[in-house]
Order: sequence, then C-alpha cells, then structure tokens
Amino acid sequence: MKAHQPVSQASNEPVEFSEATMTKIKELISSYPEGKHKSALIRILHLVQSEKGWVSVPSMDKVAEILNIQPIEVYEVATFYTMFHLEPVGKYVFEVCRTGPCMLVGSDDLIDHIGKKLNIQVGETTSDGMFTLKTAECLGGCGYGPLLQCKYKFHEHLSKERVDELIEEYRSGKYDQN
Amino acid sequence: MGNRKLLLENIHIEGFDTFDVYRKNGGYRSVEKALKSMTPDEVVEEVKKSGLRGRGGAGFPTGMKWSFLAKPEGVPRHLVCNADESEPGTFKDRYLMEKNPHLLIEGMITSSYALGANLSFIYIRGEFMYILHILEKAIAEAYANGFLGKNILGSGYDLDLQVAPGGGAYICGEETALLESLEGKRGNPRMKPPFPAVKGLWGCPTVVNNVESIAAVVPIVNEGGDAYAQIGIGRSTGTKLISASGNIVRPGVYEIDMGMTVEEFIYGDDYCRGVANGKKLKACVPGGSSVPILPHFLVTKTATGEDRLMSYESLADGGFATGSMLGSGGFIVFDEDQCIVRNTWNFARFYSHESCGQCSPCREGTGWMEKVLHRLETGHGNMRDIELLEEINKKIEGNTICPLGDAAAWPVAAAIRHFRDEFEWHVNEPQQAQTKNYGLITQPSVAV
Repeated sequence: MKAHQPVSQASNEPVEFSEATMTKIKELISSYPEGKHKSALIRILHLVQSEKGWVSVPSMDKVAEILNIQPIEVYEVATFYTMFHLEPVGKYVFEVCRTGPCMLVGSDDLIDHIGKKLNIQVGETTSDGMFTLKTAECLGGCGYGPLLQCKYKFHEHLSKERVDELIEEYRSGKYDQN
Repeated sequence: MGNRKLLLENIHIEGFDTFDVYRKNGGYRSVEKALKSMTPDEVVEEVKKSGLRGRGGAGFPTGMKWSFLAKPEGVPRHLVCNADESEPGTFKDRYLMEKNPHLLIEGMITSSYALGANLSFIYIRGEFMYILHILEKAIAEAYANGFLGKNILGSGYDLDLQVAPGGGAYICGEETALLESLEGKRGNPRMKPPFPAVKGLWGCPTVVNNVESIAAVVPIVNEGGDAYAQIGIGRSTGTKLISASGNIVRPGVYEIDMGMTVEEFIYGDDYCRGVANGKKLKACVPGGSSVPILPHFLVTKTATGEDRLMSYESLADGGFATGSMLGSGGFIVFDEDQCIVRNTWNFARFYSHESCGQCSPCREGTGWMEKVLHRLETGHGNMRDIELLEEINKKIEGNTICPLGDAAAWPVAAAIRHFRDEFEWHVNEPQQAQTKNYGLITQPSVAV
C-alpha cells in the first residue's frame, strides 16, 4: 500500500466557502474595531481548514479578498503557523505530541506503532485517504501523555491498544458529529 | 503547609463552569467590590501589595508591570491575557481554564477595570480550540448577567472581552509575538523598546499577563493584597499552580503554597507520590523545558545542603551552576532509565522547530544544536561536538530579540554542565549508548 495524496492539489480554480462558514467569518470580522479586521485572519484560517480539510492557495486568495488585504498577507501567516495544512491531508489527521514529557512516557514507540498500523510514515496519508500521521511539538497536555490530537480533540493516556481502538472508532465515524 | 486553594478551590462542584453555580459559590465578588467601592488605582495598589509575580515564567511583579502602563489622553488601552501555554512541561492554564473558566473571566474584568481597558482579549493557543469554546460560553453568560458590556453593574464602566486563537506557534507566548499574532500577522517578536505598556496591540498601551496571574487577581481583590502576601515565603507570595509530568506516580496540576519543600512535592501523598515504577530519581526540570535541568542530588537539597523549596528564590539558589528556576511551574521528573542526551536533543529539536527565524543566532544556532545533539545521541559524535555545543550556546545567548534563544541555550548548557560524563560516554561507547542507559550519576561534575 503506497501512501499518496488523496485529492488533487493542482487546482487553481477559485473556491467558495459554505454559507455557515461565511456567516461565522462575517461575525468575526464585525467583532473587531473598525479597521482592525485583519486580526480575525488566524481564526478565519481555522474555519476554512475545518470546512475544506486544508488551506489551499485559492482558499487563501479568497480569504484575502474577504478581508480586503493582499494575498501575501494571508500566505505569510498560513505558512508560519504549523496547525494549517498547506497540502491535502487525510480525512483524519493524527498529530502525536513528541516533545520531552511525552517522550518520557513513550511517545516515540507510539508514533512507530501508529505508522506500522496504518502502513505509513510520519507526514504521509493512507491510500484510502482516511488518515494522515503527523508529529507535533508540545500540545500542552504533558501530564496526560502520550497523547494525540485530531480535529481539535485530545486523546490522552494512550496505549498501543487504545490507539488501535481509536483508529477503528474514527473509521466508524464515531467522532464525526463533534 | 496546608492544601490551601485559591484558584482551584471549588472546581469539583458539579456545574462549576456555569455562571450560576460559580456565582452561587461567591463568584464575581471581586468585580462588585472593585467597581462599587474601589478606584482603579486602589485595585493596582492591592495587586502591588500582594507581591504577585508573573506566573508565565519570568516572575516579574504584576503590580509593577501594571503601573508602567502609559495613559495618554484619548488613546484606548488593552489588557491581553496570554493563554498561549506552550512551554513543554506546562499545562496548568489549560486545566484552570477548563475547570474554572469564570475565574479567568472575572479576573479579566477586575484587571481591565484597574487598567482602564474597555476592550480586552484572551489569546489562546490554537490547539486549545475546545477551551476557546468553553471561554466563549462563559463570556456569553457574563454578558447576559451584566458583568460584561456597557455600564457594568451600573458603575458606568464598559468592557468588551473577546477570545482569539493562535495557530500552533510556541513563540506567540512571547508577549510581543503574541500581539503581532493578535493583529493577524506572523508571530515575530518586536524589538523593545517600545514596550507593550507604551505601544502594544494596534499601537495602543497594552498589558499582557498570564492566565494564572489574572486569575490570582480575584482572591487578591477579595481578600486584600496583604492577606495574599502572607501566603508563601519571602518574595514568593501566594499559591502557584504546578504542572507535574514525566516519570511520576501521579502527574497532574497541583496548587501549592509557595515555599513547600521539593521533597514533599515529589514524594508526598497529596502530590506526585514519588517516581513511577519504584525507580530512582535521576533529574528534574522544575520550571518548564527552558530552565536548567538539576541532577538528583541538587533537586531536594541546594548545593549548601539546605532544603530546596518550591519558590522563585530557592529553586534559583546557586545560580545556573547549581540551581535552576521556578519558571512556569512545569515540573518534569526523569527516572534513572532516562537518557539525558536524548532528552536534550528532544528539547533542542523543539526550539529549532519553534524559532521564528528572525534572528540568525537563534535560527541557525538552534538548528546546529539539534544536529550536533542528534549526532551525539545516535553514536556519531566526537568530543569536539561537546565543546561545539558550548560555543554555539554562547553565540545565541543574549544575542537575540526575544528570550527564545536563551531558552534554547540554557537547557543544553545545564545538561552538559551536570551530565558531561554521560555525553562523553555517548562519544566513547557509541555502541553501548544505543542499547542501554548511562544510569545515575554519582559524582557531581561541578564543584558543589
């Protein structure tokens, strides 16, 4: 099974955001004082990623248009913050914390285990497009490690057995509602 | 020392994260007291008297920081709460915000009043999106009950409070990088001066305080600064949240009175309950990944043989030669099986990853340190590498705009200072170093 990119990323077609996302974006912008609307940018990128799964160049261009700023002002921010996926990813992205305190309680083994279980390397996506495995620097749950985050949800005190279950739970759509 | 709780007192009460239950248990009293019976300057005065020091890591007196705020006529001022908690080993703010969100909101209102801010922000790391939603719910409840918005409690004071997320960047915990991020930009720290107290968010005078510092303002205003200052020891007043992680029986967040012994904290039944799996203590990083590591014989005792206490002064006793720092209270414990070289490399990789790239000494130096440490850890290093690390350290320290460079340099310097034998063993016995651990050191490598 070879890892591959699940969706086309070459498209330069303009994108549209859903009505729900647009409503939230407008609310956000109006919550800032006159002329300070650029402050909403990072949160808008989170909203875009939640809808589209990742942050493409056309998505960034659209955000620039909405905020009435230059596209480069969006690119430079999206590329700075590591939470934004600038390439297509799987439906579920497992970001496993690998920093000191998590390493002390076995994160290295856990990362290896997930990679073997899903038959991918860190940074790759399964061929069915379901899972991407990434590592993250300190996720701020040091006392509850090893841990991973997926779609903003924390899964803590992980054992290999628990991670195996977790993969099945995600596959079955258990966390899709949240 | 008792188990006094000021910040985590009622968190086990069912529904304590809701306005009604929080209010019923004495919540928002500090807002009533401040807005109805105190001037803003009187609130600042109480915080000064309390001796409260910034809980984010630097330990700068909060009241003094507040008194530096510039107040030019007609220019808005802002209070920004730093909830970007990203220092490895630190997870106290997350716990506090999740369990006791209204305490932070209450602290923000009382503190904003003291500073004359009418628009305040909580900047939270993007990974804590679920806590952002908890806070937004708490804020909505506070608005609905007249504690936020126009003319709060009929006092004539207006305050709007908003939460904004980051996007996964440790550097945004540095206050000027945080402000850049809050303005929707890359988190590149600003040159100081001007300090945020003069030119902060959108060029306006701004105070940036850690979550725990702002929460502590609530008991300080309720009980008075003098009462707060009586808790603790010396210039380490009040209670402190400690996040304990690593190889201990009971990791978690503990609220302690400043000044309890490190011994009791690690081994006491009410706290960490000792090293996990019956193993021996090898080392401890007492204040988050940026502070110097202490070998086991300097953890519970200082170099002069006195009990080491959980306080700013005692943890720093002996300077960097034989001491460390309280920092953010991220208390990381290492058992006898842990490899110091591997851990030092892990932290170096973290700093290299998180350097914003603005200053060459940090951008290049952290990368070099990571590479050299990786070489040593994987058995491909030589003795010259150990000196090279020390040289790189000296070239980073003090030569960067913000303290990330120092934060990256200190742990490496301390690891070599205390565990040089283990580094040399990795060079001399590369095969062995791959299959087993060096174990405990028995001889101090520096004169103590």
